[in-house]
Amino acid sequence: MDLKTLTYIVVGATFLLYMVIAIWSRAGSTGEFYIAGKTVSPLANGMATAADWMSAASFISMAGLIAFSGYDASVYLMGWTGGYVLLALFIAPYLRKFGKFTVPEFIGERYYSKTAKIVAVFCLIFVSFTYVAGQMRGVGIVFSRFLEVDVSVGLLIGMSVVFVYAVLGGMKGITYTQVAQYCVLIFAYTVPAIFIALQVTDNPIPQLAFGSTISDTNINLLDKLDEIVVALGFNEYTSGLKSKTDIFCITLALMVGTAGLPHVIVRFFTVPSVKDARTSAGFALLFIAILYTTAPAVGSMARYNLINTVQPGEIGTSEGNLLYANRPDWMVRWQQTGLVEFEDKNNDGRIQFYNDQNSKFTDQASKYGWQGNELKVDRDIMVLANPEIAGLPNWVIALVAAGGIAAALSTAAGLLLVISSSISHDIVKGILRPDISEKNELLVGRIAAAVAILIAGYLGFDPPGWVAEVVAFAFGLAAASLFPVIFLGIFYKRINKYGAIAGMLTGLLFTYGYIEFFKGLFLKWLGSPWGENIASNWLFGISPEGIGVIGMILNIMVAIVVSHATEKPPQDVFDLVDRIRVPRNN
Amino acid sequence: MAQHDYSDYWKENLKLLARCMVIWFFSSYGLGILFVDQLNIYQIGGFKLGFWFAQQGSIYIFVCLIFYYAWCMNKLDKKFNVNEK
Repeated sequence: MDLKTLTYIVVGATFLLYMVIAIWSRAGSTGEFYIAGKTVSPLANGMATAADWMSAASFISMAGLIAFSGYDASVYLMGWTGGYVLLALFIAPYLRKFGKFTVPEFIGERYYSKTAKIVAVFCLIFVSFTYVAGQMRGVGIVFSRFLEVDVSVGLLIGMSVVFVYAVLGGMKGITYTQVAQYCVLIFAYTVPAIFIALQVTDNPIPQLAFGSTISDTNINLLDKLDEIVVALGFNEYTSGLKSKTDIFCITLALMVGTAGLPHVIVRFFTVPSVKDARTSAGFALLFIAILYTTAPAVGSMARYNLINTVQPGEIGTSEGNLLYANRPDWMVRWQQTGLVEFEDKNNDGRIQFYNDQNSKFTDQASKYGWQGNELKVDRDIMVLANPEIAGLPNWVIALVAAGGIAAALSTAAGLLLVISSSISHDIVKGILRPDISEKNELLVGRIAAAVAILIAGYLGFDPPGWVAEVVAFAFGLAAASLFPVIFLGIFYKRINKYGAIAGMLTGLLFTYGYIEFFKGLFLKWLGSPWGENIASNWLFGISPEGIGVIGMILNIMVAIVVSHATEKPPQDVFDLVDRIRVPRNN
Repeated sequence: MAQHDYSDYWKENLKLLARCMVIWFFSSYGLGILFVDQLNIYQIGGFKLGFWFAQQGSIYIFVCLIFYYAWCMNKLDKKFNVNEK
């Protein structure tokens, strides 16, 4: 059977599965719509959280990012897993004890302030839409490559599927489809990884394989990789270019940002008890770790395979490079998508792939007769093309397509749900129409989910130029605004509404301002970015990706100072904090 | 209803949190970032040790740490008789 038919069958079968689950788990009440009626087992919630968290970026882009930046990409590995420790220790059990529906609801009650709640809703919506646009784009890429349909058709199909289970099923439908999606995506990620590990090193366990020797030799894979990338003018794979300060800050910003992301926090509202919330966070990270420890193995082996393909012979000899006419099929296919590009700069009919940005390597390259790097490979294709590069059977490729779509859809659905519930529950029920009936609130929630899907689809179809840049902002924002107020709300009773609002706004404005200054977001019409985005210009040598850490510190300092300068919070807030700190009390 | 005093429970929780945070910080920021060059001198299998902590070891420690915390807290809840029934 040809690849296209097979992919249609595999992807179609997974869609059918999600639909069946959606119909079986329809939501009948607001409790079910927002938090699945608090009946999800810790194990199921762990899987659902893992699918919720691992997005198109984790599934499709991360291994490619690691392949091309080696040690420096450790920031994502540590940052996006270490955040769960903060979530499990400082946030999840307490907000579960609080026992309501949304994150802004907690901020609104703890800080006895509608203003604080509105600021939190604003942060939540901004962070979530940024994210969801990226998911929709991921769905589009997978569809256009594997099903050979137009990106817009792919998006429409994806939107319809999410529409059915998010609008009908709410949190309950999303939870059980996410469990199924986790199984699909982890299977699709690990199977090709095992095959490739076997091919490259003879060791079937990817986590061990990339520390093993290359098949039929006694040279360690990573040592060999270091040697060949350096010989091609790249930076050594196992060491980094980024400064220690910057690595430190980016990792911390990603960790804190992760722990402050509303769509992840809200997953822990769905388990039956505080005890379950703690265990469930452990399961969630365990399931995430299966992919996150496989990704660096995939990354290093993909880099090795890619270089070996285009540089089969000795570096510097004229026959060392692959003849363009002999390039493998996968390269031909991916060239059609524009994600692989070739330009024969020195007209020798062969592919030269090296680092032409390295000034120390220029002389060496011209001695070889090379006149610039001729191959551009988009890092986003590394995972998707990997089974083809390794020559794996078609069903594995079809599976990877289904896995990529599962990763994108599960995250999109989780994000759309927190957007719709903060609109229907926090804004409509909480502020505009407190006397709304449960039935109508549920209807508003469904309409909000539908509208959010349309906006997300539009953002994915026609991504504004800034989508990629705002991802850093999304994490910075969560780290600098949401995390500190939730954390202080639980661990520091004296923080009052003035401190919380001042802190959130300080963290928000500072982080936003810094990113706007160096990367340009919304004020391009005023001439931003105003500063050149290079290390010597950065504050304390911290890049815009890591600046959320400073935003967080400012937030905490301002919150403490302002709170102590103003009156104490009322007694019922002290009681509330006492109540959420202890699993069972009266 | 009489207010119970849960401050001892909370103090023990904070102590446990501090202990976990030290491990969390040391395994990632310590071994994976700050001391990575010193550790890279050593190899385990085909891995430079610092590189391994940054891309593998820290993640394993995080998983164990959450389960350890959950286990300790469940014991603590029982000790202070505040566990859910």
